[in-house]
Amino acid sequence: MSAREEVLGRIRTALGETRAPVPEVVRDYRTTDDRPAAELLDVLVDRLEDYKASVLRCGPDDVAATVTAALDSGLGTGWAPGSVVAAPGLPAAWRPEGLDTDDDRPPVQLAERAASVTAVAVAIAETGTLVLDGTPPCGRRALSLLPDCLVCVVTADQVVGNVPESLGRLDPLRPLTMISGPSATSDIELQRVEGVHGPRTLVVVLVSGAAATIR
Amino acid sequence: MTTTPQDLRTDQTPLAPGAPRSGTTFLGLPTAPRGVGHLRGDRSFPDAARDALRDGQLRANLGHATQTIRGKRARVVAELPDWQQLRAAGSALKAATMARLDEHLEELERQVTARGGTVHWARDAAEANRIVTDLVRATGTDEVVKVKSMATQEIGLNEALEAAGIAAHETDLAELIVQLGDDKPSHILVPAIHKNRAEIREIFLRTMPRVDADLTDEPRRLAMAARSHLRERFLRARVAISGANFAVAETGTLAVVESEGNGRMCLTLPETLITVMGIEKLVPTWPDLEVFLQLLPRSSTGERMNPYTSMWAGVTPGDGPQDFHLVLVDNGRTAVLADEVGRQALHCIRCSACLNVCPVYERTGGHAYGSVYPGPIGAVLSPQLTGVEDNASLPYASSLCGACYDVCPVAIDIPSILVHLRAEHVEAQEKPTAESVAFKALARAMSSPRLWRLAQRAAGLGRLLARGRPTMPAALPFPASAWTRSRDLPTPPAESFTAQWAREHGGRS
Repeated sequence: MSAREEVLGRIRTALGETRAPVPEVVRDYRTTDDRPAAELLDVLVDRLEDYKASVLRCGPDDVAATVTAALDSGLGTGWAPGSVVAAPGLPAAWRPEGLDTDDDRPPVQLAERAASVTAVAVAIAETGTLVLDGTPPCGRRALSLLPDCLVCVVTADQVVGNVPESLGRLDPLRPLTMISGPSATSDIELQRVEGVHGPRTLVVVLVSGAAATIR
Repeated sequence: MTTTPQDLRTDQTPLAPGAPRSGTTFLGLPTAPRGVGHLRGDRSFPDAARDALRDGQLRANLGHATQTIRGKRARVVAELPDWQQLRAAGSALKAATMARLDEHLEELERQVTARGGTVHWARDAAEANRIVTDLVRATGTDEVVKVKSMATQEIGLNEALEAAGIAAHETDLAELIVQLGDDKPSHILVPAIHKNRAEIREIFLRTMPRVDADLTDEPRRLAMAARSHLRERFLRARVAISGANFAVAETGTLAVVESEGNGRMCLTLPETLITVMGIEKLVPTWPDLEVFLQLLPRSSTGERMNPYTSMWAGVTPGDGPQDFHLVLVDNGRTAVLADEVGRQALHCIRCSACLNVCPVYERTGGHAYGSVYPGPIGAVLSPQLTGVEDNASLPYASSLCGACYDVCPVAIDIPSILVHLRAEHVEAQEKPTAESVAFKALARAMSSPRLWRLAQRAAGLGRLLARGRPTMPAALPFPASAWTRSRDLPTPPAESFTAQWAREHGGRS
């Protein structure tokens, strides 16, 4: 008998011939957040900053300038545009002049770059979480991992209140990365230290106001 | 019928007969085999605990760390008004998953396969190790990077790879500390919780080839040393091995929850990814994750959300490993599933909140439990995976205070399972033990007023030994020493209540 048949057979033995009905799952926890949109943006900013990300807010016409400011804060002024890689689908209006664009180069080459700029798929206010889904505006997973500084642009319509709302907007078949602050560890005396293997700096550009949308 | 108190039971179905489960369960289901993996210690819990309790540094490290994490957890749990509803949903979801585990596993296999992954099944630790070793060999490499994983610790994968000439590099900071220090993990979440910053600095200075000689014990500096030590390994790795926190049956999506980004490095950069997962770690549908992604981070690191969660379904062209293998491991889990009381232990999401609140764990640390699963959840999981007789002291490694049940994010009734396993252990004894003889004698005395009065009078002689102290000396002669070695025995009163009543009321009721 194959291992597969044997393990499945053991499970059937363990559960018995006459199986108990499947227990009911009551979902009376919160699945929506009714707070006004503006308040959710404030909560998102508060939670991002609490976990040591920095946040710059701007209107829809100032995104490229604010991304430049974000890179200034993460890299210091005077960074070379060619050392910053943008996701291939990042809207042209969001890109500072002269940025490199990710292509199908071997992913480890991204480790030589100073920073990357991506969009997000969803942001969760209550937990201060950004979700990237591997579509062209977000880029492949290595892009938001290897450069030491990550700039993410979030538009107001992408912000949801809580975790259940976020999963409803995501495609589980895509490679998803949930990011809550810079990389961190609590492995030494359970004290949180920011900055281990992932980007040590996370700067979020939050775009709100009329027509603040990526699509 | 067993001696389990009915009021502690979670359901009222008849208990399984208390046949010894070493080797097989009463249904003939095999437990985790001996000689492979890390589910059994070489000493009983009381023996190992006695040594641990003498280590003042260990107790200071553990006391500090568990106190810190308890405070953090309590603060972020209090932020959610619906925590109890989430707990109840988490518990029900796990029970529902177990009730149709075979169907969900078959669905998971179909979905992972349809998206370009390969699914392997392993009856036990030895078979899982063989499968992984063969997969690594087939790639032609002799080193792998690893994401922290309880399943691969349980099956002893690193040792199996080493025996095959393959170097396995742990990349989680705490696992790295344990590996470099040639130590053993002592906590589910923070395997190096027993080491403080000064001890970690010493290990790094001794074992990292290119470490800065001026390294201080500041946690940030230590984390940076780990970053530079591992960076090049991540970039050259061709094969990674991970565990899984969750797998979604209906979509084939796997999830790894982490903090440092070492998980993302392993899950993203190598060409081949091998994920080793216990068969109980799945959930039926995508929305089910909305419950666990709230319960897990708040319960484990005390964060609203952990820094990184990675999810993937099979293979994605142009993004991440192009060769993906999922190894599903039984290793005694079906034997646990067969026990209607004990099967709740399979609901565990490995958050370690029960370790951090346990007064026993806080004092003894994780090594005393012998198994890679320490603390309260380990005391119910390890004996069931191996058969109770192979971990017979663990169900007693608890004061039954219930703090573990209160904090468990999926509401596992650990105290009830402990009592259930104690009963099973007692029933498995063929010869009477000193304890069972003592309690039989006590039962006889308590059912006869005349014998009881005699016994009380005899116990009163104990006052001579106590010499005015409120408790009896610990060094009583055998067999009383078996009881007093780890418990305070109060000095008998000068006069029993019944004697006092008779004296003051002249025998009237």
